[in-house]
Amino acid sequence: MATNTRKGSTVPFWRDERYLQAIAQVIVVGGIAALGWWLIRNLLTGLESLGTPLNFRFLGQTAQFDIGESMISYTRNSPYVRAILVGLLNTIKVSSVGILFATLFGVIIGVARLSSNWLVNRLAAAYVELLRNIPLLVFLIFLSSTVFHKLPLVAEAASIGKWAFLTNRGIYVTWVHKAAGWSTYQWVLLAGLLISVVMSVLLIRQGRRTGRMPLWFLWALLSFIGVAVVGWFIIPATPLVPDIPTLQGRNFQGGISLTPEFMAIFSGLVIYTAAFIAEVVRAGIQAVSKGQREAAAALGLSNFMTLRLVVFPQAMRVIIPPLTSQYLNLTKNSSLAIAVGYPDLFAVGGTIVNQSGRAVEIILITMGVYLSFSLLTSLFMNWYNRHTQLVER
Amino acid sequence: MTTQVTTPNEVLPPPTERYTILGWLHKNLFSDWFNSILSIIAGAFVFVIVRGLLRWLFVTAQWAAINDNISLYMKGQYPGAEDWRLWLLIYLAVLLTGLMWGVFMRRTSAITWVLMMMPLILGGWVFALGKPSWWLVALLDIVGIAGYLLAKRFPQTSKRLTVTLLLLYMPLVILVIRGFGETGFLPRVGTNLWGGLLLSLLLAIIGIVFSFPIGVLLALGRQSKMPALKTLSIIYIEVIRGVPLITLLFMGQVMLPFFLPAGLTIDRVIRAVVAIIMFAAAYMAENVRGGLQSIPQGQFEAADAIGLSGMQKMVHIILPQALRTVIPVLVGQFIGLFKDTSLVALVGLLDLLGIARGILANPSYIGRQLEVFAFIALIYWIFSYAMSYAARRLEISLGVGER
Repeated sequence: MATNTRKGSTVPFWRDERYLQAIAQVIVVGGIAALGWWLIRNLLTGLESLGTPLNFRFLGQTAQFDIGESMISYTRNSPYVRAILVGLLNTIKVSSVGILFATLFGVIIGVARLSSNWLVNRLAAAYVELLRNIPLLVFLIFLSSTVFHKLPLVAEAASIGKWAFLTNRGIYVTWVHKAAGWSTYQWVLLAGLLISVVMSVLLIRQGRRTGRMPLWFLWALLSFIGVAVVGWFIIPATPLVPDIPTLQGRNFQGGISLTPEFMAIFSGLVIYTAAFIAEVVRAGIQAVSKGQREAAAALGLSNFMTLRLVVFPQAMRVIIPPLTSQYLNLTKNSSLAIAVGYPDLFAVGGTIVNQSGRAVEIILITMGVYLSFSLLTSLFMNWYNRHTQLVER
Repeated sequence: MTTQVTTPNEVLPPPTERYTILGWLHKNLFSDWFNSILSIIAGAFVFVIVRGLLRWLFVTAQWAAINDNISLYMKGQYPGAEDWRLWLLIYLAVLLTGLMWGVFMRRTSAITWVLMMMPLILGGWVFALGKPSWWLVALLDIVGIAGYLLAKRFPQTSKRLTVTLLLLYMPLVILVIRGFGETGFLPRVGTNLWGGLLLSLLLAIIGIVFSFPIGVLLALGRQSKMPALKTLSIIYIEVIRGVPLITLLFMGQVMLPFFLPAGLTIDRVIRAVVAIIMFAAAYMAENVRGGLQSIPQGQFEAADAIGLSGMQKMVHIILPQALRTVIPVLVGQFIGLFKDTSLVALVGLLDLLGIARGILANPSYIGRQLEVFAFIALIYWIFSYAMSYAARRLEISLGVGER
């Protein structure tokens, strides 16, 4: 386009596309900059007149409020910045556990959606259609107010085989705690890990050389489990003992306790996102053309080998990008925790705004955190896409 | 879903498989031992769920919290004397749907669905506004069909009429619902009285309509060769898409007043609308970009070859094709936005969810969460499902996948 304007000097500059484009850009950028300057000046003068000029020094002041649950030590005398960190960790906790379970659940539903069994197929479809068409927030509030806060009182807790107890104060699940043998046992585990890493490296190398990739991950996992089991019986003292929750006084002690707030946001996110993940998985598997399966059958591959070597690798290429965006959605949706009382980043931020009146700073921090999550994810996505892109010949 | 369209050339399965119940059961539920176990477990599951649901529906549930407040759910505190305005807009919407279907759709297979369901759904809403007048609902269907027939009878005139109406409809909605002046023909109804489903739908519709031009501009900006415009568009789109909607709504409620000169206050509903439009525009831009990228390079080159300017190329060649391919996606986005409007309840607006929470706070409906949330979830579900179904039909009808 630009070639004819370069040599012919007959076109006056006001009709030269390059000048016009440059002028248009200067006008647009100038306009936006002016608008931004006007808005920010209003903001700064407004904040100044309220006596809370824009700065982040207030983060060092003591928070003066309690947070329901925290993964690090926190008291009401901790500074605001610590409260934000607590919220951030809670967000990361619910998102990461949520992503794990939503994936598991979503893949099961997605596969069930493709089942040849009519009933299973219809059930999965009903699940997906039901959840995809109601708002997450309605679902979350529904779960929190009709399920997790309506569980029985602590004194009359519903128990699942004496291993888990459901109460309206939370859910208590049996876990393990370290016993005398743990200090020796952790070395056993480390050794097992080393062996499995070495093994997988060797297997992958062998696979590269021969062109027949063995199931290296399975072998590594098996060898790790084998070492762990053998080590358990060799060590004289028991390394881990079960920690069963028991009713002591007014509450349960021992095991893992999950608050009703955490359970509401966690199960809500998992159940809801699983419906979307199921659709992604189904679409991915269906995207692999029938000819591929037929070709695999013609080569004499078994059903399992067809899935592992032909369908799955191709489906993954289709599945991963939308799957990542579902993960991102789950993380962003965890900000709805405020509706069920779980102290995530956004909820803690809201409390700080009410307490200190520093709305602008807190919003900036919150948005910055979510934005960096999504930027990290898109960096990963770009890397992944480059990595798995079909090499077109 | 189980019905199959067969063409004469296709080999039909043997009749035993198709027609006997046992054959069907064997094929679909009990083909091998694994499937049999699955079927039994799933069947037991369905039985337990259905039994519990029926018992709850007809025995345990108390519907007073719904029955007493039906008009609150539907239109919030919107004054009953002004209901006719909502009626008017719904009639216009149905007429418009009929016209659009007649003008733009080439295939008529889905016609019965749209003409019957859309007015019925809207009619159910209207019915719930307080005055049970079935003939008004029946009239809706007649208006819809009249629109369709009109469009088929006078294609040229109708096309112009439809486009004009489409463009005018949105401003008209706001004008009629809001009204103007203290007294007179259309007295002003403050936004604090808008609520319930009315507010949810309004937020979603305003959001999608106003974000459309911004989204198209952003998409064009992102595709453009001018570095400054491109960077600005990318920054806007990625920032908005990277943060949750609730932070934007919160920003609208808390920060927007700061951004404006002192003394200028904005209505809370408008603040939420601004946040929703900002949010929707970024997603709209990405959807439109998808449409733009689906246009083959040859179209751009052909437009250049016949000497169109950049602007003409976009307006006459590229955008019409790109927007056509993204229509179903836009319906999907509209559904998402409709669901997302429930978030305004968290910043204190009385949309469908907000009203429901307000009603539950009333001591006489204590402990009725299950009924209330099931009811509003059903409303959201019906609207979203109907629209996604329509989008699927639209996709088939527009033949998007076939290009």
